[in-house]
Amino acid sequence: MDTTAKPQYDDGVVKYLTVGAVVFLVIGTLVGTFAAAQLAWPALNFDIAEITFARLRVIHTNTVIFAFGGMTLMATAFYTVQRTNGVRLWSNGLAWWTAILFTIGLLATVTSIGLGITTGKEYHEQEWPIAIAIAVVWTMYTFNFVLTIASRNKETHSHVYVSNWFFMGMMIAITYLYVINGLAVPVSWFNSYPLFGGVQGAMIQWWWGHNAVGFFLTAGFLAIMYYFVPKQAQRPIYSYRLSVIHFWALMFGYVWLGAHHLQYTALPDWAGSLGAVISLAMIIPSWGGALNGMLTLSGAWDRLRTDYILRFLIMSLAFYAMSTFEGPVMAAKSVNALSHYTDWTVGHVHSGALGWVAMVSIGAIYHMVMKLWKTEMYSMQLINVHFWLATIGTVFYVVAMWVSGIMQGLMWRAYDEYGTLAYTFAESVAAMHPYYVMRAFGGFIFFLGAAVMLYNIVMTIRTAEARSANKVESLA
Amino acid sequence: MSDDQKPKNIQDMFERNIFALLTATALSFSIAGIVEIVPLFHLKSSVDYTEKTDEYGNVKNERFPELVWERTFTEDENGKLVSEKALYKEDANGNWVLADWKPGDGVRPYTPLELAGRDLYIREGCYICHSQMIRPFRDERERYGHYSLATESMYDFPMQWGSKRTGPDLARLGGKYSDEWHVMHMLRPQDVVPESVMPAYPWLADNMVSDDFFGTKRDMVKRLSVMRTLGVPYTDEEIENANKAIAGFTEMDAMVAYLQVLGTMVKLDDSKVYRQ
Repeated sequence: MDTTAKPQYDDGVVKYLTVGAVVFLVIGTLVGTFAAAQLAWPALNFDIAEITFARLRVIHTNTVIFAFGGMTLMATAFYTVQRTNGVRLWSNGLAWWTAILFTIGLLATVTSIGLGITTGKEYHEQEWPIAIAIAVVWTMYTFNFVLTIASRNKETHSHVYVSNWFFMGMMIAITYLYVINGLAVPVSWFNSYPLFGGVQGAMIQWWWGHNAVGFFLTAGFLAIMYYFVPKQAQRPIYSYRLSVIHFWALMFGYVWLGAHHLQYTALPDWAGSLGAVISLAMIIPSWGGALNGMLTLSGAWDRLRTDYILRFLIMSLAFYAMSTFEGPVMAAKSVNALSHYTDWTVGHVHSGALGWVAMVSIGAIYHMVMKLWKTEMYSMQLINVHFWLATIGTVFYVVAMWVSGIMQGLMWRAYDEYGTLAYTFAESVAAMHPYYVMRAFGGFIFFLGAAVMLYNIVMTIRTAEARSANKVESLA
Repeated sequence: MSDDQKPKNIQDMFERNIFALLTATALSFSIAGIVEIVPLFHLKSSVDYTEKTDEYGNVKNERFPELVWERTFTEDENGKLVSEKALYKEDANGNWVLADWKPGDGVRPYTPLELAGRDLYIREGCYICHSQMIRPFRDERERYGHYSLATESMYDFPMQWGSKRTGPDLARLGGKYSDEWHVMHMLRPQDVVPESVMPAYPWLADNMVSDDFFGTKRDMVKRLSVMRTLGVPYTDEEIENANKAIAGFTEMDAMVAYLQVLGTMVKLDDSKVYRQ
């Protein structure tokens, strides 16, 4: 084995973040499943303040988006930036501080939300002391990443690879949006009132809110796609030009979309329409990006039969294409009139979050685990089991929410033959019950897959040394 | 080609210089905020032509005068901020009651008890399942009432428009049910609405609203004065009395006070078009 010729990388922090991400995926999906069950059977709230649905739901979103998603982004960014630029991290110490403080910040977030300490702004619930800490940690992460790129050898690595553009764009955008949306005046250690309220507050809130999706959950994970799909497929990315267009269209376009969350509200109509128009236009670069990933497999499609990790990556691109088509459709005003406020939105988010974000992360994490511990997986068969659990779980979840969301929207606006509202609100809630059960079931299946993954990774790490010793023996 | 040191085009230059790429990226996503957000602070039409009349957040509306409760602030001889109208006062029996404002007089700041209730509404995450934003559709009008206006949430920091209706919209909930109904509903939701999936909130009835997290006290004086710095007009006296005005109430009382004021501030005129 010729390992001496390759440069050494700072992989300790990547290992920590990778395992951390999987642990948070298991916790986050478990909490989500329980919260889903509470909607089906409200007795599961047990009259305990800390675990009522509204608090658990926020714990769930923070765990899966910021803990699982955030740690995945940190792990993959630190992993890929070294390999694409041929250098070690600018500062390994700073990276460790980033990772540890980020973990502490997330645990503090989750605990404080359970206690009821929240700003009341969706996807920005951290109260001011934690929010400041998170913003500082995020800046440390960005700083380290950019300086690592800047410290590359420009003779051997003259151009910065595309995955790095997406990572950096995501980091800068998130810092900028998170800080502005988080501006607030403290009233105690546990509460603050935001600087922006009313209609301006609503626009700024969703300007951030949609870009927690657009940048955090899309641009960042596209960076993962642009590195790991070609690596796993062992082929260069299909089109360089397409990736340039994809990048600039996303950096320019995504920021506009927040307004489509506020169609027909008290936000001026021109702003909502602007959001809708740019949303529709975003189909083109999004599909360009999805195709760019998929066509990378041209001539190697047979590998999907044998390479389970590649299956995750390609399935994730299929879901990415689907949700980036669905999103613009839902942003169109006439569709939004029906879909807004319903569970269709929840279904849409999960087809993106489970199908795209989680699956591309899972593929990348399996790939990294094997490289980081220099071993095969403990069980390839379990990856296949995980793949089917994740796919079936996602489909159950998403279908339940599509059907029920559209039903909800139609029930609310239905009139009977006398021209009066056909259903009371309570009747629409009752009609949701079977779908809430089905959704909780889908979530549970997905959670099982995550648990299998954690088991497989833990066993891989525990047996890595023994296995590589065997390999050497068998080679000799 | 790495031996070619001159950038071939602007993209090539960005790919060679990470700081140039960083700057260009930051500029390209700043455009949306400048176009979509900045005008909302300047265009009168974005808040139904409601205009500020002073630095404290008092307002007037010449086109739709019914939308806002107008009053003026002046400094008295002791340098205190006073107004010709009071929001709330202590009555002869020692109860804190509304003073010069009646339902329908127009949007006004929340009383200390309502604001405390609003903070609890946020603490319990009610906005996760309930919107406060009625859209201009026939069915929403019949189910919830007149569509919501931006002016109605101008004193809301943060706004609670919500994004999901697992439960019904609450923008015009005030006055639809009795106080007793709300108490029953929050203690045992399924006893009142059998189909409901809402959790019960029994602790609201046990906790005093003056208590805050970890044995600290809820400082309404501080909260109202921060609100004033954000542009919610309170007189000095209203701020000073804020802690007294919530003394002796439970969290349930505060929550009900907030729920009962929702949507009752403005009497909207059905014959007018407030929003194009």
